[in-house]
Amino acid sequence: MFEGVPLHWFLITGTIMFFVGIYGFLVRKNLITLLMSLELVLNSVNINFVAFNKILYPGHLEGMFFSVFVIAVAAAEASVAIAIIINIYRRLVNIDVEKISEMKY
Amino acid sequence: MTINQFMFAIFAAIIIIFSILTVTSRRILRAATFLLFVLVATAGMYFLLRFNFLAAIQLTLYAGGIVVLIIFSILLTSHIAEKLDAPSWKKVIPAFLAAAFGAVITIITILQYDFPKAIVADGDRTNIREIAQSLISTEKFGYALPFEVISILLLAAMVGAIILAKKRKD
Repeated sequence: MFEGVPLHWFLITGTIMFFVGIYGFLVRKNLITLLMSLELVLNSVNINFVAFNKILYPGHLEGMFFSVFVIAVAAAEASVAIAIIINIYRRLVNIDVEKISEMKY
Repeated sequence: MTINQFMFAIFAAIIIIFSILTVTSRRILRAATFLLFVLVATAGMYFLLRFNFLAAIQLTLYAGGIVVLIIFSILLTSHIAEKLDAPSWKKVIPAFLAAAFGAVITIITILQYDFPKAIVADGDRTNIREIAQSLISTEKFGYALPFEVISILLLAAMVGAIILAKKRKD
């Protein structure tokens, strides 16, 4: 049984988290911090899915399954991204996005 | 104020404060630790919504797996005591304006939309047997196909990560 907390509160929390992630993605330069901002964005989406699922459709499980799939995709993405970051670091000894321009031209 | 509202307020405060700290902290290892707090508070929110299985996944996979991976890669690529350069104002102001603008518009839209009144859930918590049966069922509300697709995606990601991070012999 779940009562007392309106759906809006969850959505507003998710929104703030999402845009904080966007801000981090625009401001940060280190590749790993970019990845962390991305995790914030994905996580905020999960909160929305789950809140909609529980509060509007309590008998169903769709939102939960979508969150599970988002988490799985996030894990896959993080592992590949970190492999790429380590590879870049090994070649260029640097993971600053503004200094990695070798593949640009 | 009910106990649910109180717990929600605590988790939301942790999430908002630590996510802001995650993107503003100049020590990268600390940023990763703050990210861990955000993810654990999100798991707390899932527990609040009685999604026990999802909260367990969040704790093991996100907080246990991804954050540890991120911390390992930080230790491999940068010095612990290293401080990142502060971002220039030229970059901070447009980014902040863009994020604040988007957040304000979204929040206003959310507040204006009239959601149907919360239906009180009948089942207390998610049943693990129900979850397992939906994951392998091919009927309505069954998720056999996405489940298989996600397994192939994870396998491909695993192979790709190993090949990318492997030392080349040239």
